[in-house]
Amino acid sequence: MMFDLGRHAEFIWLSYGSVGLVAGLLIVWLIVDGRRHARALAALEARGVRRRSAEPAPIDGAAGPIEPSAPRV
Amino acid sequence: MPTLTQKLANPTRFMALSARLLPWVTAAALIVLAVGLVLAARAPPDYQQAHTVKIMFVHVPSAWLAMAVYALIAASGVGLLVFRHPLADVSAKAAAPLGAAFTFLALVTGSLWGKPMWGTYWAWDGRLTSVLILFFLYLGLIALRSSLDDEALAGKLTAILAIVGIVILPVIKFSVDWWNTLHQPSTRLTQTLDASFRIPLLVMAVAFTLGFTAMHLKGMRNEVMRRRVRALTIGLVERARSETLEDTSPASRTTP
Repeated sequence: MMFDLGRHAEFIWLSYGSVGLVAGLLIVWLIVDGRRHARALAALEARGVRRRSAEPAPIDGAAGPIEPSAPRV
Repeated sequence: MPTLTQKLANPTRFMALSARLLPWVTAAALIVLAVGLVLAARAPPDYQQAHTVKIMFVHVPSAWLAMAVYALIAASGVGLLVFRHPLADVSAKAAAPLGAAFTFLALVTGSLWGKPMWGTYWAWDGRLTSVLILFFLYLGLIALRSSLDDEALAGKLTAILAIVGIVILPVIKFSVDWWNTLHQPSTRLTQTLDASFRIPLLVMAVAFTLGFTAMHLKGMRNEVMRRRVRALTIGLVERARSETLEDTSPASRTTP
């Protein structure tokens, strides 16, 4: 039988379960974290705050984008 | 004409490329994992360990990744300190919690394998202790970065610690040869492992590596977005501050 794991079955299930649990927590954390940053970025862009590389070419005389002094990433 | 390294160093290009790659890597990881789990379930019982040998299919890939991810962080440290690659620190920061998680899993699954085979969950022998030190090194990298507000300085100090700490990898690798230990010697895949165990192990190792790659790409994308939010917020605050100063300066008050 595929799932007849003998007298040490609980150790095998716990091993696979711990891997599933930790991997699941990592995946949830990565997805939630990504959504949080994407929302924050979208909120800033909605206020007109954009990175220079994300800006269209400025029209002469028009106010330019906000240029952050922190290193650009 | 930008070189290939310069092209890959561009975070905007990385975000575009990783957005296209991530679904494919994730799908490949899930498919290979499904195949690996089926092969692991169908693997025959070992003549000595019976079914507990199945723990090897998650323990060994976790241990491999625990070491490989640390090597990646150290290489990223070199990329930051020597080549000033803009994504090197992003890579190192995103990899650290993943490496810590795989090291934790190597320790937990090793303990769960050790209890029925050795009669104990833990022994202070060379292999187990050196992997525990690796786990603390990961925690040290994460804690050091979190303790500093200056991100550039935090990146450099973390890179130095990662490069110095790489000495633990040969200690882990050769610990089973240098000291008497409960842990078995290195697994020579083609010489000591029958194909009925070797193939599921290799498939699971590929699945874990693809899974790590997908999580690392996602973590790096999150970190790039976080840094962009931070940079834009700083720009916004500075603009608001300069506007306030202009409004309250004597020149602005006397101007009709």
